[in-house]
Amino acid sequence: MSPTSPTSSAIKKDSGFGAAQIILTLSIGILVVVVAVPVLLIFLNAFWDNNNDFNLAAVVKVLSEPDTYQALLNSIIIACGTTLGSTAVGTFFAWLVTRTDLPYKKFMKGMFLVPFMLPSFIGALAWKMLLSPRAGYINRFFMDTLGFDNPIFNIYSYAGIVMVEIMYLFPFVFIQVCGALEHMDPTLEESARISGAGLGTITRKITIPLVLPSILSGALLIMLYSMAHFGTVAVLGIENGIFNIPTLIYEKIHQSAGSFESIRTGTVLASVLVITAAFIIWMQNKILGKGRYQIIAGKSFRPMELKLRGLRIPLLIFCLAYIGFTIVLPTAVIFLVGALPTYGLPFTLENLSLENYKFILFDFKVTRDAIFNSVTLGLAAALITMFAGVMISYVIVKMKVRGKGILEFLGMLPFSVPGSVIALGVILAWSGKFGINLYNTVWIILVAYIARYMAFSLKANSAALEQVHDSLVEAARACGATMWQALRDIVLPLVRPGMLAAFFLIFLPSLRELTVSIMLYAPTTRTIGVAIYTLNEDGETVRSAAMAGVALILIIVGQTLINRFTAKHKR
Amino acid sequence: MSYVRLVDVTKRFGEVTAVNKLNLEIAKGECFSMLGPSGCGKTTTLRMVAGFEDLDDGEIHVGERLLSSKKKGYYLPPEKRDFGMVFQAFAVWPHLSIYENVAFPLRIRKLPSAEIDSRTKTALKATNLLDVAKKSPEDLSGGGKQRVALARALAINPDVMLLDEPLSSLDPHLREEMRFEIKDLQRQFGFSIIYVTHDQAEAMALSDRILVMKLGVVQQIDTPMNIYRRPANKFVFSFIGLHNFLEVERKEGAYRLLAGEALDKNLTPPQDLATEARLTLASRPSEIDFVDDGGISGRVIRKSFLGEFVDYQITVGEQTVRVQKGRRTQGPEKDENCRLQLLHPVWYKVDE
Ligand SMILES: Nc1ncnc2c1ncn2[C@@H]1O[C@H](COP(=O)(O)OP(=O)(O)O)[C@@H](O)[C@H]1O
Ligand SMILES: [Mg+2]
Repeated sequence: MSPTSPTSSAIKKDSGFGAAQIILTLSIGILVVVVAVPVLLIFLNAFWDNNNDFNLAAVVKVLSEPDTYQALLNSIIIACGTTLGSTAVGTFFAWLVTRTDLPYKKFMKGMFLVPFMLPSFIGALAWKMLLSPRAGYINRFFMDTLGFDNPIFNIYSYAGIVMVEIMYLFPFVFIQVCGALEHMDPTLEESARISGAGLGTITRKITIPLVLPSILSGALLIMLYSMAHFGTVAVLGIENGIFNIPTLIYEKIHQSAGSFESIRTGTVLASVLVITAAFIIWMQNKILGKGRYQIIAGKSFRPMELKLRGLRIPLLIFCLAYIGFTIVLPTAVIFLVGALPTYGLPFTLENLSLENYKFILFDFKVTRDAIFNSVTLGLAAALITMFAGVMISYVIVKMKVRGKGILEFLGMLPFSVPGSVIALGVILAWSGKFGINLYNTVWIILVAYIARYMAFSLKANSAALEQVHDSLVEAARACGATMWQALRDIVLPLVRPGMLAAFFLIFLPSLRELTVSIMLYAPTTRTIGVAIYTLNEDGETVRSAAMAGVALILIIVGQTLINRFTAKHKR
Repeated sequence: MSYVRLVDVTKRFGEVTAVNKLNLEIAKGECFSMLGPSGCGKTTTLRMVAGFEDLDDGEIHVGERLLSSKKKGYYLPPEKRDFGMVFQAFAVWPHLSIYENVAFPLRIRKLPSAEIDSRTKTALKATNLLDVAKKSPEDLSGGGKQRVALARALAINPDVMLLDEPLSSLDPHLREEMRFEIKDLQRQFGFSIIYVTHDQAEAMALSDRILVMKLGVVQQIDTPMNIYRRPANKFVFSFIGLHNFLEVERKEGAYRLLAGEALDKNLTPPQDLATEARLTLASRPSEIDFVDDGGISGRVIRKSFLGEFVDYQITVGEQTVRVQKGRRTQGPEKDENCRLQLLHPVWYKVDE
């Protein structure tokens, strides 16, 4: 449609210049207050010194201090290890469940997605209970029962951290590669077959190269996530002095109660995170934008399957063992330890009881508050972010107003700001600097959640809005509807699924949030994640496990309800 | 003489019988089309020949070689059959250059590199792709991509080329052009073609023989001319082009339109049908003339100008007939009465 055509200018005129401008301003305002100001304050604090001078030397000095330097290095080591491992594991399993005749593939696929639901710090807790060098159940079994002199594995190590992160992050690659393999036009592989290539050659020369963009994009996602990940390193690393960027920020802010030096170190580290994240996202967009081939088929029947023959049963056993080892075992340990009176006792029937569960659910104020806080915070954040997200996405995707470019830039920000950066940013912004002091209240956590989950909402809503073709609105206008009526009667019903998706995408993860809330909590504003983490820190391992068990049940029930609900709505 | 042979080939998908007891012989160098509506089992047949699907009954041979046999449980895998195949959705590999796409089957066969190069270039030249060989196939239009697919299938110089609706993703004008290119390539390289399409004009233009299929069952195998002139049944008649089916009944020894007037004396069914109480009289809209006397009487209820043609909707008794005449032909106007002469009618049993 040409912008000079009389109809389009007519539409613009009577749609009300004022309304569009108000929406745009409001959208920009939200993003500025919630995301841009905190990030800006971080950069300001990092790069400008007390005298308001730009001071790069000071930044370099902070970065070259041994502990910051080591934290940077650790983040990189852990992120690289996790990314490589998860990519290999995720790609292999994706190939296995889409391209071979492995038995029970549907079930396997479902199971490989379960780690998406499990918070990795709970997984880390479970692995600590299993493999901590002295007290871990597996290590103790080997030493006490089998007579080993030394523990077989020390989970408080780089290898331990990377292993646990792989277990809970590989689904990012798995799901991307599964999607690509399932939707790939099967004739791409069949034409290689008829050209004379066997299945092994096809996999190497056709299939893998074609899904490489999906593999890379999943890998970068994991990189991004792992760089900025707090939970696993906090649970498994601190014991042995392994800090990464987020745990060091946390340590600095917490220990020194907000001294200038520690805030400074925190902001420098946070800046590094933001810049790295922005770079990773830029790479990902480049790969997705250019490298993704049009390999999607219109209709696709069953693609070719590699006959595993003799390997079929061994691989089945391998998959089941993997699922048992990474999903069933840690989950079971959480529930079992939660049922013990003290950590370390054997799991005999007389040792197990529901006492801890009863205590944390009904008697213990800290955990009861935490559950209440997490649920209300989650609901509030999900609702607010959903509505803000649909409005902002509408401006970005659909409206033709001046000044949209600013919004598009601001809209990218939430994607590249990791949780610990947001937490630090809101501390800087909402601790009275601008006359409002939310520090030590739930409100600061709410603000941080909104900033943290805005990206999810923008993604879901703009995807939904892109499906609504302009002609639908134009048709409504042609039928005599005003702009507002068209929005209400045509656009809103069509994007409702996107809004619902955004709501759930925010509500569920916020139930298990740790990275942000750990930086912002006060004694009465603990969240579920904080409660689990602090109980564990305080040596209350069994209560921590019981609380983690409760959280798992909440998450699983929530996810099941949502799956039901969305399945019904699709039909 | 026959080169590709299908014997009693049957394929079922659960409840659906996609192909039922198909018997077929295709000569060396022949261009053979399989024609039928979507879902009738054409692709399934082709994929069984290619080796992508197992058989539920029957055997497939090419020359002396047995390719598939249900009874012997023997299936030569597709990569060993040495066919060329082209798919509807192009299926060119976007991560390889055009040259590498075409060279792929030769590299798989581990030919000496000089031979790979010369044969790749031959195939590229035959498909007019030599100039763009270094480019990515993503840079080409649909027609260009399909040329790459053709070149890749040609590279090994196959005896049999399998084409599954290769032109149906292309623009109509390109489609006609590519038909001739495929025909030229066949002349040049001498392979047999098994060509799947749902477009009867395409099948007519390309083929030495056509198989018409419906719900997995063969309806007719014949030359394009015979398929058009003497369709084996009403289904083939209607599938091959525009059609009129008039129901006629036998009364007092003569045939007349259902609840209508008697037919011309010279319009009589062939001997073997002459005893049926009811018959269908099939004719093409373009093969009906307006006459002054004789024929059957009708009344024009719609007359529309379609450019090349004038299209008439005419009621005869309780039935309607469609007639198409060149725009220069003098014809009746709307609401006028007229008389129609069917030029090459074909008789069918009502339920055939
Ligand atoms: N892999 C398959 N699984 C199940 N049904 C199939 C499969 N392939 C084809 N069919 C069915 O077999 C019938 C014939 O399909 P097909 O050979 O693709 O038809 P055509 O190519 O003539 O359009 C259809 O009913 C189709 O749904
Ligand atoms: Mg087909």
